[in-house]
Amino acid sequence: MSENFAIEIVSPNKSVLKEDTEEVTIPSFEGEMGILKDHISLITFLRPGVITIKKDNKEKKFFVEEGTVEFSNNNLLILTSTAKSLAELSRDNVDDLIKNSQEKIGQKDVSDKEKYLLSHKIDVLKHVI
Amino acid sequence: MPTLDDLKKRIKSVKSTQKITKAMKMVAAAKLRKAQENAENGRPYSQKMKNIILNLTKSINDPQNAPKLLVGTGKDQTYLCVVLTADRGLCGGFNSNICKLAKINFKKILSERKELKIITVGSKGLDQIRREYEKYIIKKFSFKNKKQITFSEAEIIGNEIINLFNQSQFDKCILFYNNFKNVITQIPQAQQIIPAENNSSENKEENLTSYEFEPDEDEILEDLLPKNISTQVFKAFLENAASEQGSRMTAMDNATRNAGELVDKLTINYNRSRQAAITKELIEIISGAESL
Repeated sequence: MSENFAIEIVSPNKSVLKEDTEEVTIPSFEGEMGILKDHISLITFLRPGVITIKKDNKEKKFFVEEGTVEFSNNNLLILTSTAKSLAELSRDNVDDLIKNSQEKIGQKDVSDKEKYLLSHKIDVLKHVI
Repeated sequence: MPTLDDLKKRIKSVKSTQKITKAMKMVAAAKLRKAQENAENGRPYSQKMKNIILNLTKSINDPQNAPKLLVGTGKDQTYLCVVLTADRGLCGGFNSNICKLAKINFKKILSERKELKIITVGSKGLDQIRREYEKYIIKKFSFKNKKQITFSEAEIIGNEIINLFNQSQFDKCILFYNNFKNVITQIPQAQQIIPAENNSSENKEENLTSYEFEPDEDEILEDLLPKNISTQVFKAFLENAASEQGSRMTAMDNATRNAGELVDKLTINYNRSRQAAITKELIEIISGAESL
């Protein structure tokens, strides 16, 4: 029996990725979370981080800023408006993103929660490349 | 009877109109393909978002404390109608169809002595609605200078709706837009987004899976529902964009054909008058020669 399950990443504009995979690690709201086949049904949020999809010892990585995850009947569904494949992400893009977030943090009307998320995002971005 | 010169001028002007409509048709056809693709690509997202929310709703154990965005305020006194139309004309009945449907609803709401608030998106709808319902319009949006509507535009409108809701400005929110079925058929639609309509929830009871939530249901719902509003608005945008181009294409196709028919008719007319003029001249010459 195969150990694969279906993963689908969907953004408002298009379906980013749809395939079978063995293991997925997602940056869930309360910490990194690894998902294998026959995981319990689950709904959760994402915080800024990297989704890692492993299959046949090959890895695919996607950077996300936010999103919603649903897992049921061996279908992993990730709804996000900001999925970017790391392979397509260049140094400049990352620098831009970091700069944007840093500017946002500097603004006055940012709540603590947002600040936390932004600084976390910057951390992740710095380690991405 | 118009003179030959007049006919010639008319034929020429109709022909140039035909050229314009033909060009517009082709532009619309090219844009349509892209818009259609976008609309189809966007469908899974909104569909799946809906599913998740449906699943969440089922697992809520305390409906009394459920977020208001989901279950509504419990009243239906004030209606917020969001009318999505195009910024450009010359697309057949596209804008009028939406406005017609919207106006029917407005009338119904007002006749039931409910309060009405209108948000218009797109300048064409604003023009049509302003005539009768000017005083109800509370906000108008137009993204004329944007080449392509992205999710961030939908978010602007979504956030506006949620803001108004949080200030208890309305109880129910209805979205008007054209649903893209195919190039010839676009169906104007009224979709209620607040409170969320869950019409198909009852017959799907059997696949009740219990989910693990992280963090808990309420928190997820609270975050997800506003997102869902923007998603639904965005979906409406995409459907609308595809419908607009489809509608324009058919309208321009018809216009081109009509212009062709008109040119044919005018040409026959022109030839007939020319013939008549020649015959008349001949008769004059012959009768002149005979009288000698």
